[in-house]
Amino acid sequence: MIKKIIIYALLLVSSLVLFFPILYAISASFMSPQEIYAGKLLPSSINFDAYKDVFERVPLVHYLTVSFWVSFIVMIGQLIVCSLSAYAFVFIPFKGRELIFFLFLATMLIPWEAAMIPNFLTVLNLGWINTYAGLTFPFFALPFGIFLLRQHFLTIPKELWESAQMDGCSRFRFYLKFALPLSKSSLSALGIYGFLTTWNQYLWPLLVTNDDTVRTVQIGLKMLIANESSSSWNAVMAGVVTILLPTLILLFIGLKYIREGLTSGALKG
Amino acid sequence: MANTSAKLGYHNGKKLFGIGMLYLSPALLLLGVFLFYPMFKTLYFSFFEVSGGGQVGDWVGWGHYAELFQSSEFRKSMVGTFLFVLYTVPAEILISLFLAVIASEKLKGIGFFRTIFSSTLGVSVAAGATIFLFLFHPSLGVLNSILGTVGIDGVEWLTDSKWALVSVAITTVWMHIGINFIILLGGLQNISRELYESAEIDGAGYFQKLFKITLPMLSPVLFFVIIIGVIGAFQTFGQIDILTGGGPAGATNIIVYSIYLEAFSYGNFGFASAQAILLFIIILIVTIIQFRVGEKKVHYQ
Repeated sequence: MIKKIIIYALLLVSSLVLFFPILYAISASFMSPQEIYAGKLLPSSINFDAYKDVFERVPLVHYLTVSFWVSFIVMIGQLIVCSLSAYAFVFIPFKGRELIFFLFLATMLIPWEAAMIPNFLTVLNLGWINTYAGLTFPFFALPFGIFLLRQHFLTIPKELWESAQMDGCSRFRFYLKFALPLSKSSLSALGIYGFLTTWNQYLWPLLVTNDDTVRTVQIGLKMLIANESSSSWNAVMAGVVTILLPTLILLFIGLKYIREGLTSGALKG
Repeated sequence: MANTSAKLGYHNGKKLFGIGMLYLSPALLLLGVFLFYPMFKTLYFSFFEVSGGGQVGDWVGWGHYAELFQSSEFRKSMVGTFLFVLYTVPAEILISLFLAVIASEKLKGIGFFRTIFSSTLGVSVAAGATIFLFLFHPSLGVLNSILGTVGIDGVEWLTDSKWALVSVAITTVWMHIGINFIILLGGLQNISRELYESAEIDGAGYFQKLFKITLPMLSPVLFFVIIIGVIGAFQTFGQIDILTGGGPAGATNIIVYSIYLEAFSYGNFGFASAQAILLFIIILIVTIIQFRVGEKKVHYQ
């Protein structure tokens, strides 16, 4: 009993401390500038002026839309490219596949930032600055995703493929009708992971966008801070809360899948 | 029917190779264009003067590397990078481990606490850093007003060179807790209950179980979190860009930020490429060391 109380107390205090920055951002987004100056913890009343303010001052809806499409395209691209590769590594016994798989795994050691200078030039030379292509294509092949899906495909019984083959099922049909549907949980984990990490990308969008055409919300936020004076922290916090909401909601919905996916990746790796 | 599949399955190695490559081709093409080619190109650039537009000029051989090792600025950046790893990795793992241990208890409403502890995974680097920019604000920030109420003078969190790196580290630790918590909690839940039950029969207490069962059984997962923590620390960029811009006086100009400034602010692609190669080598060495040490120390089931 006493142990239970202690644990509950620890859980409660830790939650408050950990969640404080987010709670405070929400709280500040409802304050008036005077309340911000007074260093209040809570607003005296809920007012949406800061939200109106920030939506008027920067094209936040446009940034959000761009971020959504960029993340969505990368997510779909990763699911297709990674599942095709993982399928080849499990169901197509060609010569040299161990070697190629090892090569793919080894690329996880390369910090992406070490390759960013030539990648920037590639995108520049292709005329992909300020385009969706420049923001999305470089991220379709994710070695971690190939690894994760391969682990899942390995759990599909070989007998299933053999009997499907007997019935005249082609490789591609088996991929579509069996391998993919049987891996829904891993595909969801990878999809959510891909969407979240792309939504949160910072350095690459900073490099390959220089106007508002396809500016993502993260870079939009940087612009917002740069242009705001210190009196409008409530508007900045309203911007922060607005861009936090989609990912927090997605995280809360998909947490189960992410936990399963990441844990299996970490443990079996 | 059986005949054709046997042909496909066993006799036609070349055809299988072709099919395999067909499925791998999108990944191979993309990794080739956006990872293998640029790595070689970075190495190539590091031996030349390369302008901001990518025009390759004079061959300088090891010149950039020699310059790096003599540059006091770069030495400062490297020291900062290693300090940053030290400030962030142990702290984020200890805190996440503590949270995972208390959240692994089977209690009513535990799902709520687990969700809260995972939440920073959903916080982007720009949003997280902006919140902390506000918290660290010298006059309006909550941190200084809390210090004020207990009678301590406010700290110039981001503009004092003694504090700036620590402030960026605090922000980073907070942002990394979510992912570490999820992985560590998964590891804890995979430890067989029977181990605990038999320990309880032998009369083991809470802390005995923690140190004799939980931590040893968790070591592969801990090892994994340490690796991604160290690599993540080396790759830190967004929070620095928003909080300090590498300053004050280069105090937070750690490696990736330094590469970014050199390449995209000063237009020295060649010199920046040499730093990028060094980043690659350091991460490679750190990973190899960790695997060597890990193999000996980690307890696998």
